[in-house]
Amino acid sequence: MLEIRGLFCGYDSRIILQDINISVEDRELLGIIGPNGSGKTTLLRAITRVIKPGAGVVFLEGRDIWQMGFKELAKKVAVVPQDLIANLMSVEEFVLLGRIPHYRKFQFLETNKDKEIAQKALKLTDTFKLRGRSILEISGGERQLVLIARALTQEPRLLLLDEPTTHLDITHQVRILDLIKRLNKETGLTAIMVLHDLNLASEYCQRLVLLNEGKIHRVGNPSDVLDYKIIEEVYRTVVVVQRNPISSRPYIFIVSEEERKRRQSL
Amino acid sequence: MKTRLIRWITWVAILTGIFLSISIFSLIIGTSDIPFRKIISVIFAGRGTTEYSILFDIRLPRIILAFAIGGALSLAGVILQGMFRNPLVEPYTLGISGGAALGVCLNIVFHLHRIFGVLTLPMSGFLGAILVIILVYSLSRRKGILKIQGLLLTGVMISFISSSLIMLIMAVSRTEDLHGIVFWIMGSLEEPNWVLIKLAVGVSVFGLVVSYLFCLDLNALSLGEEEALHLGVNIEKTKRLLFIIASLVTGCSVSIAGIIGFVGLVVPHFVRMFIGSDHRILLISSFLCGAAFLILCDTLARTIISPLELPVGVITGILGGSLFVYALIRKQIVLGEK
Repeated sequence: MLEIRGLFCGYDSRIILQDINISVEDRELLGIIGPNGSGKTTLLRAITRVIKPGAGVVFLEGRDIWQMGFKELAKKVAVVPQDLIANLMSVEEFVLLGRIPHYRKFQFLETNKDKEIAQKALKLTDTFKLRGRSILEISGGERQLVLIARALTQEPRLLLLDEPTTHLDITHQVRILDLIKRLNKETGLTAIMVLHDLNLASEYCQRLVLLNEGKIHRVGNPSDVLDYKIIEEVYRTVVVVQRNPISSRPYIFIVSEEERKRRQSL
Repeated sequence: MKTRLIRWITWVAILTGIFLSISIFSLIIGTSDIPFRKIISVIFAGRGTTEYSILFDIRLPRIILAFAIGGALSLAGVILQGMFRNPLVEPYTLGISGGAALGVCLNIVFHLHRIFGVLTLPMSGFLGAILVIILVYSLSRRKGILKIQGLLLTGVMISFISSSLIMLIMAVSRTEDLHGIVFWIMGSLEEPNWVLIKLAVGVSVFGLVVSYLFCLDLNALSLGEEEALHLGVNIEKTKRLLFIIASLVTGCSVSIAGIIGFVGLVVPHFVRMFIGSDHRILLISSFLCGAAFLILCDTLARTIISPLELPVGVITGILGGSLFVYALIRKQIVLGEK
C-alpha cells in the first residue's frame, strides 16, 4: 500500500525526519507515536506532498507520489486534520467539499452520486442529523466526526489522521477510534493515525511506529513497542507498563514526582 | 440540495433585475430628464437629436464602463479575499492602485500624454500596475512558493511607498499638472473613448469566466492551503493564476477609471452575508452586485449637485463605508477564522 524508503525531510535547511523506512500493508491500522517535536506530523505531511523530501521516496501502491497528479493523489489519500479553519457553511456543504478531487473538468455542480456518497459518509459517522447545521456551531467532537465524514467522501484507499482524539472527552475518543477500527475491518480501509495517547494507540492499532528526534526508534506491535524501558528512554519519564485486564494490551501508568520520591526514600 | 440550485438561480435573477433597473434609472436621470417612454421614440428617431446623443454618447458609455469596472473590482475582491482568507484584502491593498497612480503621475509630469496622445495615460497606469504586481509577486516568492501573508505585507508597503512618491511629485509639480493628477486620482467614469470601454468590458468578463473555472479550487482554499492540497488542488498554480487574473482586471480598471475605492472591499462582503460563501455563486453575484453598485454611485455622483459632478470615489466611499458599518453591526462578519 504505502512504502517509504530512505526519507529525509524538513523545513528549509532544518532536517526533521532522518532515514525513515516504513512499509504499510493493505488494510493495516498503523499508529505513529512519539514525543512532541519528534516529527509525527511532518511524516504525515511528507505522505500528502505538503513538503518535498530532501531525499528518499514515498510509494503509494507502487507509484512515487511525486509522479502522481494532485487530484489522483487526493482520490487515494484523504487527511483528517487536527482542526478546521472555520467558515460559514453547513455540515453537508462542508462534507461535499470532499468530492472536489472527483469532479470532472467543467463540472461545477455535484451529481446525485456525489450527494449519495456524502450522505453515506454522514450516516457512517453518525452526523447525518447535523447536516443542516452550520459548521461553526457544532461541538469539538462533532467537528472531528464531520472532518472524518469529509475524508470518507473522498473515497480514499488510505486515510491519514492527525491526532484525531486530542481535546476530546473519552466518549468521543472511543467513538472516533471505534469508527476508524470498524471502517478498517469492514471496508478494508488502510489508516495511519498520529496519536498522542499511548494507551489509545495500544488499544486500537495493529502496529506502532515510535518516532524519536526524527528517527524511527522502534516499529512493531503494541506489546513490543510499549515496553517500559523504551518508553522511559524516549519520553524521559518514569512509567509502569501493565496489561489492560480486558484486552490484555499494554497499558501505561505514569508515576508522579511525589510517588517517585516516596518510593526512593523507602 | 436541489433547493440550493433554485436559490442560486433566484439570486442571480434578482441581482440581474436590480442591475438592469439601476441601469435604466441611470439612463433616464440626469441634468435633462428623459422619461422612460420617450427613450423608445428617441431610439427610433435615430441619430441627430440632442436626446439621442445624451443617451448614447454620454450616459450609456458611462453605464457600460461602470458595469465593467464595478464588476471587475468586486471580482478581484472576491478572488483575493478567498485566496488570502482575509476579509480586509481588496484589490488596492496589494499596491496595484499605487503603482498605477504613480505611472499616471509620471506621465502627467513629464507631459508624455501631450506628446504621444491621451491614450498613453491609461497605458502608463497599466504599466505602473503591472510593474508593481511583478515586484510584489517576486518579492513574496520563496523557493517557488508564494507566501500569501508576505504578499499582503509587501503590497501594503509598496502602496505606501508609491503614495509617498506621488505626494513628492505633487509637491514639486506645477499647478496645471497638479490638477490633472488630482482629477485622475479621484477617479471618474467619464471616458469618451469607446475602444477603452470595450477593452474594459472584455477584460472584466474574461476575468469572470476564467476565475469561474477555479470556483471549486477557491472553495477548497477557503479551508486553508494545506487542506486544499489534500483535496487535490494544485495550490501553487491556482494561486498564481488567480493572482494574475485579479491583478489584470484591477490594473485595467485603475488605468481607465482612476482610483475608485471600496467597491472591491464592500461588495464581496455584502454578497457573502446574504448569499453565502460558496464561490460558485459568490463570483457571479459579486460581479453583478458590484456593477449595479458602481452604476448607482456614478449616477448619484453626477446628479447630486448637478450640473457639477462629484468624484465617484467619494460616493463609493461614503455610501459603501456607511452601509458596511451598518451591516456589520447588524450581522456578524462571516469570513475568516473565528
